[in-house]
Amino acid sequence: MPINYYIFLALALFCIGVAGVLTRRNAIIIFMCIELMLNAVNLLLVAFSKMHQHALAVTNPNAGIDGQLFVFFIMVVAAAEVSVGLAIIVMMYRNTHSIDVNFLNRLKH
Amino acid sequence: MGITQILFWVLSILALLSAILVVISKNPVHSVLWLIAVFIAISGHYILLNAQFLAIVNLIVYAGAIMVLFLFVFMLMNLNSDTEPQKNKWLKIAGVVAGGSLLLVLVAALKQADMKGQLAEMNKGDIGLIKNLGMVLFQDYVVPFEISSVLFLSAMVGVVVIGKKD
Repeated sequence: MPINYYIFLALALFCIGVAGVLTRRNAIIIFMCIELMLNAVNLLLVAFSKMHQHALAVTNPNAGIDGQLFVFFIMVVAAAEVSVGLAIIVMMYRNTHSIDVNFLNRLKH
Repeated sequence: MGITQILFWVLSILALLSAILVVISKNPVHSVLWLIAVFIAISGHYILLNAQFLAIVNLIVYAGAIMVLFLFVFMLMNLNSDTEPQKNKWLKIAGVVAGGSLLLVLVAALKQADMKGQLAEMNKGDIGLIKNLGMVLFQDYVVPFEISSVLFLSAMVGVVVIGKKD
């Protein structure tokens, strides 16, 4: 496939994630939209890695493999991030009995 | 139009529809299930790009582990129904407009880019196989790999410290 299609697909997924973060109030849904944005970036990285492999395969058989390893490390970081974030949300629910992010504006005071 | 193109379009439409449904579902559990559908579609894209290791890791780690974690938290909190008060309609419209204009700006900027002849190779190439990825991971990227293990350890300690009742 031409790389344009992958770029526009990943852009659409990313912007759906942005719109979700901006519109929803539920903290866990906001978190899930962030996961959606991470996955859009992962898809784009894999597509670019295959593009580089297609372009440079003659000189370097391992061209583009770095992109896929970056995706692997993004998944590692995302797993750690989800565990810590969900722990924070559970603690917030225990204190306020709600996961509406608007309740958190008392952090200002 | 070969089978690969048809699969690409089917998976793209599935991913986009499920992503929209993640955002607009009222019930949070339905959002989690639609997000699993997005991850399955993205794994299908990885398989089409012959990145088989990432496809299976995406299924196991994201659709398996992380989404089960989300689902458990939802069930523990017992907010199955519409607990999200809809106070301000304009904030929602503003969010959708902001996301849409970000998409518009990015598409307008990238539409004119010279990407002719740049193909994402499908169904071919062996850089996505476990053997090649493992060789590079344990030769060139062994230090980040070990650092990520330290990251996991600190994340575990942090979760236990945060989640502890005091």
